[in-house]
Amino acid sequence: MTIEVNHQPVEARPGEYILDVLKRNGIHVPTLCHMKDRFPSGACRMCLVELEGSGRLITSCSYPVEEGMKVLTHSPKVVEARKTILELLLADHPDDCLYCVRNGNCGLQKLSLNLGVRERKIRGQKKELHLDRSSASIVRDPDKCILCGRCVRVCEEVMGVSAIDFINRGSNTVIGTAYNMGLNTSSCVNCGQCILVCPTGALSEKNQFGEIRQALDDPEKTVVVQYAPAISVSLAEEIGMEPGKDVNGILNAALRKIGFDYVFDTSMSADLTIMEESAELIKRVKKGENLPLITSCCPAWIKFAEEFYPDFLPRISTCKSPQQMMGAVIKSFWAKQTGIVPENIYSVSIMPCTAKKFEGQREEMMQGGLPDVDAVLTTRELAGFIHMYGVDMHRLEPEMTDSPLGARSTAGKIFGASGGVAEAAIRTAYYKLTGKELAQFRIPEVRGFKGRKETRININGLDLGVAGVSGLGNARELLDEIRNGRDDIHFIEIMACPGGCINGGGQHIGADNEAIRARSCALYEIDDREPIKVSHKNPDVVDLYSRFLGKPLGERSHALLHTSYQERYVLK
Amino acid sequence: MEVKEILREYPKNGRSNLIPILQEIQERQGYLSREAVKEVGEYLSLPASKIFGVATFYNQFRFEPRGKYHIQVCRGTACHVLGSATVLEELEKTLKIKPGQTTRDGLFSLEVVACIGACGLAPVISINGEFHARVTAASIHQTIEQLKNGEVQS
Repeated sequence: MTIEVNHQPVEARPGEYILDVLKRNGIHVPTLCHMKDRFPSGACRMCLVELEGSGRLITSCSYPVEEGMKVLTHSPKVVEARKTILELLLADHPDDCLYCVRNGNCGLQKLSLNLGVRERKIRGQKKELHLDRSSASIVRDPDKCILCGRCVRVCEEVMGVSAIDFINRGSNTVIGTAYNMGLNTSSCVNCGQCILVCPTGALSEKNQFGEIRQALDDPEKTVVVQYAPAISVSLAEEIGMEPGKDVNGILNAALRKIGFDYVFDTSMSADLTIMEESAELIKRVKKGENLPLITSCCPAWIKFAEEFYPDFLPRISTCKSPQQMMGAVIKSFWAKQTGIVPENIYSVSIMPCTAKKFEGQREEMMQGGLPDVDAVLTTRELAGFIHMYGVDMHRLEPEMTDSPLGARSTAGKIFGASGGVAEAAIRTAYYKLTGKELAQFRIPEVRGFKGRKETRININGLDLGVAGVSGLGNARELLDEIRNGRDDIHFIEIMACPGGCINGGGQHIGADNEAIRARSCALYEIDDREPIKVSHKNPDVVDLYSRFLGKPLGERSHALLHTSYQERYVLK
Repeated sequence: MEVKEILREYPKNGRSNLIPILQEIQERQGYLSREAVKEVGEYLSLPASKIFGVATFYNQFRFEPRGKYHIQVCRGTACHVLGSATVLEELEKTLKIKPGQTTRDGLFSLEVVACIGACGLAPVISINGEFHARVTAASIHQTIEQLKNGEVQS
C-alpha cells in the first residue's frame, strides 16, 4: 500500500507501524521508549507525527499504517509538541551533565540539541531520590530517570528476571525493586542490559577508576591486566573506529602506555576453562550423572541459576570463569615464576560485562585472603581510561601480550560470541575422546544470533546433544523443558546477554545489530586466520599443566580453578 | 499459613485475581509482608517487583505492620478547607513517619484517607476507629503524648 509522508508517496506494508515505514525510508523521528523488535509501549510520546487533514497527533511507534493516510513528521505543530514533551522531561532533571557518566552519549542531550532546546522553560520540583550504589555492578540514579521503561522491559522480556518495575503512581512513579530494596539484595543478576537501553545516566556501571589509578601509581604494586576475548573486537566504536575492527595489538600497546606492567589475554584462560570443562563433560557423560553439563563462564547466568534454578546447580560446571581462572593463575603460578609476592600484585580485568564486577567480589573467588581479581573495568570504562591517559590509539604500533600465559587458541577467542564456548569445548572433547582432531573445526549450527541453537555431534558413536542459549529468557525456556523431562541434551552453553559477550552489558552504548554482527564476524575471522584453533594445542596451556597444574580436574586444578555455588534466597 | 489458605480459593497463574488476593491478605494481616508477596508471586507466577508495582499503585495497600495506634488523617474537601494539610504535616513531624509507615517502636502508624464521612467534625482524624474532632496542632500533640504516657505507665 501507499501512504503519504511529508507530501511524498511512500510504500508501506499492511500491519506495519508508521515508525518502521519512516525508518526504512530514511526519515528519522526521535524516540525514547521505543525498543527495536519489541511491542511498542507508546509511553514517551516523542515519536509523534501529525495526521494531515485532522491535524491529530499520533504516536508513530504504535499506530499502524492505513491506506492513503497522510502524515507530517516535522510540521511546526509536531516539532513544537516534541519540544514541549522534552521540556517537561527536563523540568525535574538534575541537569548535571558535566558530571554525568553519559555526558556526550545521552538521549536527552541529543534531543535537546536536535530540537533546539536552549533554556529551561518549565521548572519542576527536583526529586532528590535515593541513589542506589548497593550493587557491585550497577549504580541506579532515579533522579535522572525519565520513566521510559526500557530497563523494566529488557529485564522482564529479554532476561526473564524482573528485578525492577514501575513503583507508585503518577508523579511519584519511580523504577525500583520489590520493597525498594537495594539492587544488591534484589534478584538483579548484574547483566547490565538495562544500562545498554537506558537513554540517560540513570543506570551505569559501578566505577573502580580510583582504586585502579591508585594501584598504577603505587611503586610497590605490580599491576597486571587481562582483557576478555570480546574486548579487542568491541572497543572500536568507543575510540572512533569502525565497528568490529580488531584492535588486539594496539590494545596491548595502549594498556602498557597507560601503565599496566603486564598484559594478558583472557582467551588464554578460556582455553584453560575448556581443558577443565571438556574433562568434566567426558567424566559426567561416562558416569551418566549431573547432565546436561551447563557452562559457568557467565556470572549473570550463575546468579540467575542460584536464584531461580537452584535445582540445576549440581549440573553447572564447577569451573571458574576464564576471568577468575586467569586471576587465580596470575597470583599463583605466574607470581612464583616472576618472583613477585601475590600481595603486591594488583590484578585488573577488562570485560564486556558488568556482572564480572560482581563475580570478582564473590567470596568464593579468593585464595589465601586475596581476591583472584582486584578490579574489573567494562569496555566503556576502558575507553575512558584510554582517553584519561591521553593514549592515541591511531598512532600505536601493535604489541604482543606478555609471556608466560600470553598465547591463545582461537577456540578461546570465540568465547566472546554465543555458541563459542560450546564450539571450543566440542573441539577439545572430540580430541580427548578420539585422539584425533575434528576434520572440520567450524560448527556453524551453534554460531549466530538465534536465542537457542541446538545440534547433535557424533563422537565415535557417542551421540552428544549440544545447545547454546543466549538471553536468560531463552535459558528459562530450555531449562523448563529439562525440568519437564527432556533428557537428550548433554551440554548447554548459557550466556545471559543476547548474542553473548559481544553484546554484553559493559559494551558501547548505542551499538546496533549490525555493529554487534561485525564483532561476531571479527571473532570468527580470527578463528579462520590464526593457526592454533584448539585449546589443547595452546602452548602456554600445555606448559602450565606440565609445570604446575598437573592434569585437568587434578588436585591443583581443583583448588585453583574450580568453585561452588549456593542457592540464593532473594525476593523474586 | 494464612496466605496459603487465601490463595487456595483462587486459580493458579495469571494476574487477574491479584488485587482481590492482596486485599484479602491485608484485611487478615493488616499489611502486605515480603513473605506474603513471595507466596503470592510463586502461586500466580508473577515477579515480586510486579506485585509490588501493582500494590504501590493503589493507596489502600500498606507494606509495614500497623502500629498499636493506627491514625487515619482525613484529607477530604471539608477537612482540607479547615486545615487537614497542617494536621498531617504536624503528625508527620511529631511521629517522624510518612503516610504508610509505622514508628520504629511499633506504636503509631499513619494513613491518609480521602473522606471518612464526618465532615461536620472537620478536620478529623481517626485513631483505631475512634474519631477525634476539630483537631489542631496543639491537640494532636496532646493526644499523642497521652497515648505515649499511657504506654509508659502500663
